[in-house]
Amino acid sequence: MTATPTITPTVPLADAPLEALRDAWGNHLVTLAREYPDLLVLDGDLANSTRADIFKDALPDRFLEMGIAEQNMLGVAAGLATVGYVPWISTFVPFLVKRALDQIRVVIAQPHLNVKMCGAYSGILTSKTGKTHQSVEDLSIMRAMPGMVTIVPADANELRSAMDAMMRHDGPMYLRVTRDASPVIFGPDHRFEIGRGVLLRDGGDVGIISTGVETIRALEAADLLAADGISASVLHLPTIKPLDVEAIVAVAARTGRIVTAEDHTVIGGLGGAVAETLAEHHPTRMRRIGWQDVYGESAPNDFLLEKYGLSARHIAEAAKGLM
Amino acid sequence: MTVAEPGSARTAAGGPRPSLTELQRTSIETRRLIMQSIHTAGAGHVGGPLSVTDLLVNLYFDRMHLDPAQPDLADRDRLILSKGHSSIALYTVLALRGYLPVSELATFDAANSRLQGHPDMTILPGLDMSTGSLGQGLSPGVGMAIGARMRGLPFHTWVILGDGEIQEGQVWEAAFTGARYGLSNLTAIVDYNKLPQYGWPHESGHTRETPIEDPGGKFAAFGWHVVECDGHDHGSIRAACDAALAHTHGPTCIVAHTIKGKGISFSEGDYLWHAKVPSAAELERALAELDAQEIALEGRA
Repeated sequence: MTATPTITPTVPLADAPLEALRDAWGNHLVTLAREYPDLLVLDGDLANSTRADIFKDALPDRFLEMGIAEQNMLGVAAGLATVGYVPWISTFVPFLVKRALDQIRVVIAQPHLNVKMCGAYSGILTSKTGKTHQSVEDLSIMRAMPGMVTIVPADANELRSAMDAMMRHDGPMYLRVTRDASPVIFGPDHRFEIGRGVLLRDGGDVGIISTGVETIRALEAADLLAADGISASVLHLPTIKPLDVEAIVAVAARTGRIVTAEDHTVIGGLGGAVAETLAEHHPTRMRRIGWQDVYGESAPNDFLLEKYGLSARHIAEAAKGLM
Repeated sequence: MTVAEPGSARTAAGGPRPSLTELQRTSIETRRLIMQSIHTAGAGHVGGPLSVTDLLVNLYFDRMHLDPAQPDLADRDRLILSKGHSSIALYTVLALRGYLPVSELATFDAANSRLQGHPDMTILPGLDMSTGSLGQGLSPGVGMAIGARMRGLPFHTWVILGDGEIQEGQVWEAAFTGARYGLSNLTAIVDYNKLPQYGWPHESGHTRETPIEDPGGKFAAFGWHVVECDGHDHGSIRAACDAALAHTHGPTCIVAHTIKGKGISFSEGDYLWHAKVPSAAELERALAELDAQEIALEGRA
């Protein structure tokens, strides 16, 4: 490799303040809406969960309640987009990506309309709601759609910056938003760029490639590995599509061992995307951390992360398995 | 929300309003071109395009505010052909209206054509929405109508639904929402030709059951103003559209009673002509029948 990779600094986890991405999302929509008069929010009767209610309270004339009818909501958004509005959709991931999948495909993705689809309560940590409300395969589905930008931020600051980028980008986009408070690891000046990976640690023994809030656990895993004398790179990919192929290949070339980590099935999401990329560009030994082709259940967060193999310990053990 | 007065200057881009005879003549020419295009393409639908022909001719030549030279005009009236498999009828009417050369109809379904099997708004100017997966067209219509009201734009949104596709649940989500938002700038027209592609067999064994009973009653139950018309009589269609625009307390549904395969004796009312390519002999016979209709029309005029 040529140039020394640039490391993006993160706040030490012990010092990181906590902020829920859904709260940041609701508040930042209000900020964005004051700058962009065409921004509208559409809700599927979940605003007080997704925190679209923050927007509703601040800008009621630009909030459209669509009721429990997601397929229609996506179509209405498409119609609004043709009149020049920029609709932001708010509902839980399963009811967006899977309930309304054909609507996303036919009236948003295929006509390439400027609709921002935000899947709330993403991943397994959905406040004890169980498998109907957990999202295990949304990234695989969305990244398979031609032209669909797919974004999974790690913390509230990156989410805000990603939302700014979404407003500047004309076309269909999917954003994952988690429910619970999580550490804010990036500073307020952190800049998200569509399709650009963020290198957080530069170690030579193993490369951990992660996305979303699972990146927090990837950083914890790097610390666990360091305690055992193993030096890990951590590459955070906040965009699953377009994928930062160069950054993936670079970390694989530097370490020769890759572990992917995501709060999502290992089939077709981040792990699948990285495996496809490396198989084609730089074959590398790999392990994939994520849901192992199963549906979840309702239980406390720590139990779920442990049972479904998403904890820092699981990532670290997968890395050791490659040594 | 203000809507145009019936027959006002917003109609048909300010041009003089055509006579009913002129509209009928355009319908005959549309049917002629549909049959020729399907024969040339060797693929496509016949029954649905022929049943929706008069509705499209009426809207594009008698009703809608539009300018083919400016297909993106902000205040143009919108049309969504939710039953996208009748695309050849829409393309033909758009061609006759000046959006594309009539000669381009020969490219329907061909390689690199702008005239896709189902309407693709990304490649053909004048299409207000891509359609093809049934049951999806009314929701974007609701979005356009809400958008028009929020923007203060005077355009009206027309959505043509097939009677078969209103079996889809999303149609009723959109119906609920359209009424909930009181969208008097939105009209759904059900092309009620009463025959599906396959559906349930009729007890006679020779035809199929109506896909859905009493669509007007169902839309009325969802809070829509409902008007019925003869979907092959331009005077009746015109009156129904007038009634839709005159209604200012929510959306209107026009149930247009039609005949699948209308205008050609051997396709009328035969569900097997849903998607069937006419042979050279059948095309010749169809064109002869249409010629005879035109001669009869001129005789009456």
